[in-house]
Amino acid sequence: MWDYTDKVKDHFFHPRNVGEIEHADGVGEVGSLACGDALKLTFKLDENGKIKDAKFKTFGCASAIATSSVLTELIKGMTIDEAAKVTNKDIADYLGGLPEQKMHCSVMGREALEAAIENYRGGGKKKHELEGKVVCTCFGVTENEIERVIRENDLTTVEQVTNYCKAGGGCGGCQGEIEKILEEIQGDKAGQVYETAPRWAGRLTNIQKIQLIQQTINGQIRPALRAHGGNIELIDVEGDKVIVAFRGMCAQCMLTEFTMKDVVEAKLREFVSESLFVEEETDSSQQPHQHRG
Amino acid sequence: MTMKTIYFDNNATTKVAEEVLEEMKPLFCELYGNPSSMHTFGGQIGRKIRKAREQVAELLGCDPSEVIFTSCGTESDNTAIKGTLAALPNKRKVITSRVEHPAVLQVCRGLENHGYTVVEIPVDKQGRLDLDELETQIDDDTALVTIMYANNETGVVFPVERIAEMAAGKAAVFHTDAVQAIGKIPLNLAKSRIDLLSISGHKLHAPKGVGALYVRKGTRLAPYMLGGHQESGRRAGTENVPGIVGLGKACELAAKNIEQENHRIKYLRDKLETAILQKCPDCRLNGDKDNRLPNTSNISFEYIEGEAILLMLDKYGICASSGSACTSGSLEPSHVLRAMGVPFTAAHGSIRFSLSRYNTEEEVDYTIEKMPEIVNKLRELSPFVTK
Repeated sequence: MWDYTDKVKDHFFHPRNVGEIEHADGVGEVGSLACGDALKLTFKLDENGKIKDAKFKTFGCASAIATSSVLTELIKGMTIDEAAKVTNKDIADYLGGLPEQKMHCSVMGREALEAAIENYRGGGKKKHELEGKVVCTCFGVTENEIERVIRENDLTTVEQVTNYCKAGGGCGGCQGEIEKILEEIQGDKAGQVYETAPRWAGRLTNIQKIQLIQQTINGQIRPALRAHGGNIELIDVEGDKVIVAFRGMCAQCMLTEFTMKDVVEAKLREFVSESLFVEEETDSSQQPHQHRG
Repeated sequence: MTMKTIYFDNNATTKVAEEVLEEMKPLFCELYGNPSSMHTFGGQIGRKIRKAREQVAELLGCDPSEVIFTSCGTESDNTAIKGTLAALPNKRKVITSRVEHPAVLQVCRGLENHGYTVVEIPVDKQGRLDLDELETQIDDDTALVTIMYANNETGVVFPVERIAEMAAGKAAVFHTDAVQAIGKIPLNLAKSRIDLLSISGHKLHAPKGVGALYVRKGTRLAPYMLGGHQESGRRAGTENVPGIVGLGKACELAAKNIEQENHRIKYLRDKLETAILQKCPDCRLNGDKDNRLPNTSNISFEYIEGEAILLMLDKYGICASSGSACTSGSLEPSHVLRAMGVPFTAAHGSIRFSLSRYNTEEEVDYTIEKMPEIVNKLRELSPFVTK
């Protein structure tokens, strides 16, 4: 059970300002049914350019609803410029804090507010326009968004980034990229979360080499393939030739050649030995495939 | 006024039966001896364990010597899977399903890192296993087939006897996680080809911290826990005597009442389910309606989210669970519902009610009364409902 503050519970059980303002000055919609939460925020300005009224509709868990409710209270009476400065931290603080895994709800609140302001300023643009390259394809999170939650909340680990904006929480395929962004922004402060296989300095015996290859496949290669419904099996090692078979989605994938050369070989060369090269088991296409959605 | 708790989360854990607790009580401060000791004080405990083993065997329809006590269902599953593979070092393939409990699924996925080929059999929209695919996959290299007896989230019951036959045909060992089935549907292992079967105490009104593994005579199994000679060397570690005695008593109670009780539980479940589906628009039942545990109902409510529903229910003292992402702490909804192709929209809003013999018709009626109110309130908040 989540440890929600009394304020979160209060705003969940008695949400304020539910609904939609007709002829609103600003409309912001973020999230989707697939993501598990979504928020539509509408506001109206008074003659002095201050937010006179704000309403919300939210699909999501208790903290998503509470966050939306509190957001509408928070921004009432603010000018657009003041509202534009509201951060996700302001929203979470106003609620007396949120569980770490629920911080993304406060980020969703800030995003909806931003989208509504943008909509007001742009005069009628409906959707929050995504800016920058999409890093997390599962939840549609851009590089800019990730950089922003890292900076505003002083995040240092991939897990935190996932808690704050969901990026990396789906298939996990973008976690490496998030780690790079963390390192760029936080430098040495960025926590090393993912184990990397030890690089072998000296000459390897055959047994050591095979063990290291297996270890690298298990730790560095398989998780990424699994995330996309595939798998890899180490068949044999003959000298510097590493024979592998691809299973599941990878076996039928048009990009098998690309995956094999680019990922498997690069990783094995990085972690085991520069001289390794990879070949696909010749009859692996006749193997029974496992279909994963 | 203290609120009464209405407990509809019996697939998560159950109340310890009063009769079970009574049996256990003397084993803490009076009869606390170690059954491995040489003195009479400890030795008499051995008889208690023997009786419990007989009670478990009676419910399962097996010989007492085929029952090993463990610390939980997860340990039973780990022992069955790893113990089988250790005893059959020449076979490299393991077959399971996509809807297993993590105690099986995560163990199997871990095996991939040790050179095993692991195949996860898919299910259809009703949560039924693809038996054709299973039959094709079982080959001479298959060491183990491990498929649950009944699914914890949807209650869908799998045709384990048929699967056991298929596995036997290829000389593969068949294990089934029967944690959810035991005490809810009758089973008779005397007439079965099942080799290994896991049970857990706290799912059938015994305490937490005790489980058992049925190992059919002649099944090769390497021990998972090493140490002392307890359980004939098949599971080391001083016996959890109160837990084991409690599990024995719980099995005795289940064996005695299974038919009559399940008839009543099924009546209550059906009443709850039918009324909710009728009174709440835009909801759907998850899982094969005709092939289910009598106590489980999994319903998806469109446009609203599971955790929010649970908290609203909680306010009325009603305990249930959800397959939504938010309740698990992960960002993805239930792997079982996703394997069944339940759309994300419905998976996020899924609620599982699981009943037990301790539920009353009054509780069901109260929940039927509150559910539409909760659903309406949350839908009023939802941007996806347009009036």
